[in-house]
Amino acid sequence: MIDFFIPLEDWINIGFEKVSYYLSPFLRAASEFLGVIIDGFEDLLLWPPEIVIMILVALLVWILASYRLAIFAFVGLLITFGLDIWEPTMSTVALALSGTAVSLLVGVPLGIFASQSNVVERILRPILDFMQTLPSFVYLIPAVMFFGMGKVSALVAIMIFAMPPAVRLTTLGIREVSGEMVEAARAFGSGRWQTLKDVQLPLAIPTIMAGVNQCIMMALAMTVIASMIGGGGLGNVVLRSMQTLNIGMGAVGGLGIVILAILLDRLTETLSKKVKKD
Amino acid sequence: MSIIKVENLYKVFGKDPKRAIEMVNKGYKKDEIMAKTGTTIGINNVSFEVEPGESFVVMGLSGSGKSTLIRCLNRLIEPTLGSISINDKDITKMDKKELSELRKKSVSMVFQNFAIFPHYTVLENASYGLKVMGVVKEEREQKALESLEAVGLKGWENYYPSKLSGGMQQRVGLARALATDPDILLMDEAFSALDPLIRKDMQSELLELQDKLQKTIIFITHDLDEALRLGDRIALMKDGEIVQIGTPEEIMMSPATEYVEKFVADVDRSRVLTAEMIMKKTATVIHYPKDGPRVALHRMKENDISSIFTVDKQNRLIGIVMAEDALTAIENNETSLDSIIQKDIPTALPDTPLKEMFALMTGKNLPLAVVDENSKFKGIVVRGTVMAKLAEGGIAND
Ligand SMILES: Nc1ncnc2c1ncn2[C@@H]1O[C@H](COP(=O)(O)OP(=O)(O)OP(=O)(O)O)[C@@H](O)[C@H]1O
Ligand SMILES: [Mg+2]
Repeated sequence: MIDFFIPLEDWINIGFEKVSYYLSPFLRAASEFLGVIIDGFEDLLLWPPEIVIMILVALLVWILASYRLAIFAFVGLLITFGLDIWEPTMSTVALALSGTAVSLLVGVPLGIFASQSNVVERILRPILDFMQTLPSFVYLIPAVMFFGMGKVSALVAIMIFAMPPAVRLTTLGIREVSGEMVEAARAFGSGRWQTLKDVQLPLAIPTIMAGVNQCIMMALAMTVIASMIGGGGLGNVVLRSMQTLNIGMGAVGGLGIVILAILLDRLTETLSKKVKKD
Repeated sequence: MSIIKVENLYKVFGKDPKRAIEMVNKGYKKDEIMAKTGTTIGINNVSFEVEPGESFVVMGLSGSGKSTLIRCLNRLIEPTLGSISINDKDITKMDKKELSELRKKSVSMVFQNFAIFPHYTVLENASYGLKVMGVVKEEREQKALESLEAVGLKGWENYYPSKLSGGMQQRVGLARALATDPDILLMDEAFSALDPLIRKDMQSELLELQDKLQKTIIFITHDLDEALRLGDRIALMKDGEIVQIGTPEEIMMSPATEYVEKFVADVDRSRVLTAEMIMKKTATVIHYPKDGPRVALHRMKENDISSIFTVDKQNRLIGIVMAEDALTAIENNETSLDSIIQKDIPTALPDTPLKEMFALMTGKNLPLAVVDENSKFKGIVVRGTVMAKLAEGGIAND
């Protein structure tokens, strides 16, 4: 027998310990910042009477999309209230949407950056592949190691999981703007930045919107898994139902997630169709 | 003095362009270099000059390097070697800022697929160049409106391009290029995407505009008819080289190489050759009322012809005198030509095509007089020449 052993486990454990030690001031600051965002958002949704939120959401959906979707939103939220999962639903909305927001905040600029430089894209691509194909449970561990159990870790795990489509589709959208269009801007003396701003970004918006849609859906999916590290919300309802083999409770939690998924998917889809038309 | 001067320009796509250029200069062909080094010769040792106000057409088959050449002129493509002077400045040496100034002020471009911005209105599109220049909104819209009016798009300012037909979209492209009032217009197959009738219209309109604005135009096409119509001079490209430069007539009449000949051969000669191109400019005439029948007969004898055209002091065509009639007049002792000039004769304009001249001449045994719009006598076309040219075009029996 040959004596061959790769101590990858030890390396990573030691590496993580070191990294988290040196990064701890930064991590604490980041943790606080993310904590404020998510708690603030959640409080905002839970503070007014439920009916006010239902009406406001329905109105917003009506303005952004259509009256039909607005009716769906109102009825859907009413059902979650009736199922007595209002609080976890709002908490999931807060988690998924802040996860999406943070993903976009980081992902879109990264995508723009990658569209401007082949080197950056070549470096980013394997990292994004890695992030997307790694089983989602696996990043729960580093998230917990860096940020401890709780909402912030959940947010970080969501961000890692949901960011790749935002980056990819932003890059794709910018790169697929026709060469002649870019040439036209350059031929009139536009520089790189101005061409990006005047021509490439506006024309890439439909594709970027598709990225936003995917990002939201993935964030929502990840909230369920993130409940294992203290993400709370509907994921927690599902998790508890599994632990107690309570199939009815599982169905209730699942229904809440389905309602949110349909609403957010249709909403972003309609929005991206609207931008395409204009 | 020329406005554009291109000297020994090369463009190599791919790695190690130096080696490719060395090989080209040793006489290797484009395909051989491609096979050996994996590089493509886009432009191979091209030199030419363009005068201010000239329409310079570049023609050639697909892949011959036309687009590459025109994009070198505003450095959308970086030349590998050689120099390009515009207004006496070598643009290959310009830094980013100078280059941007050049593109904003001196050179603008019209694209094959229009490249109109779909998210901007017609007006915003037309004023784009001025926006990049930093002109304030009011002023740039004013100027853009003027140039939209010049291309016949008044009233369409607030539409989005998707509502416009192809021809109109290209007018927007033209207006956008004209709005910055550049010296030079680069037009890369600007009309190729349009259907034939609209294309003809656009050509006419460009000619009209050119009459007024006197821009220097570099126009790319692979359509010979378009080249003949628009070009003051035509350059023919093959495999990145210019194989011939000349006026449309020179290219048509004496193709420099077999390649040019093939290019030219697919055009119906009878349609393209005009009276002006085949007429004899040195034809002998007599002057009315100064000359009488005796002078007329004398001139005919001298030149071995049986009829002679008569013009007045201002060189305006009056008619034709036949030898027999002159002889009769002399026998009757007449001194004036009045009774024997035939005034009702067919004439051709300088741009009358060959086929029509043939029709004008059938059934009559007279040469055809070529006169301009003011009836000024320009020259004559004899039957033999018309028949010979028609035979070359292969349609003598139709
Ligand atoms: N970016 C590029 N990279 C590599 N090769 C190129 C590139 N652009 C053009 N070429 C090559 O250079 C040669 C000239 O191309 P160019 O586009 O100038 O031809 P063209 O005369 O405009 O043809 P067409 O009539 O099809 O537009 C071709 O062999 C083409 O394959
Ligand atoms: Mg081309």
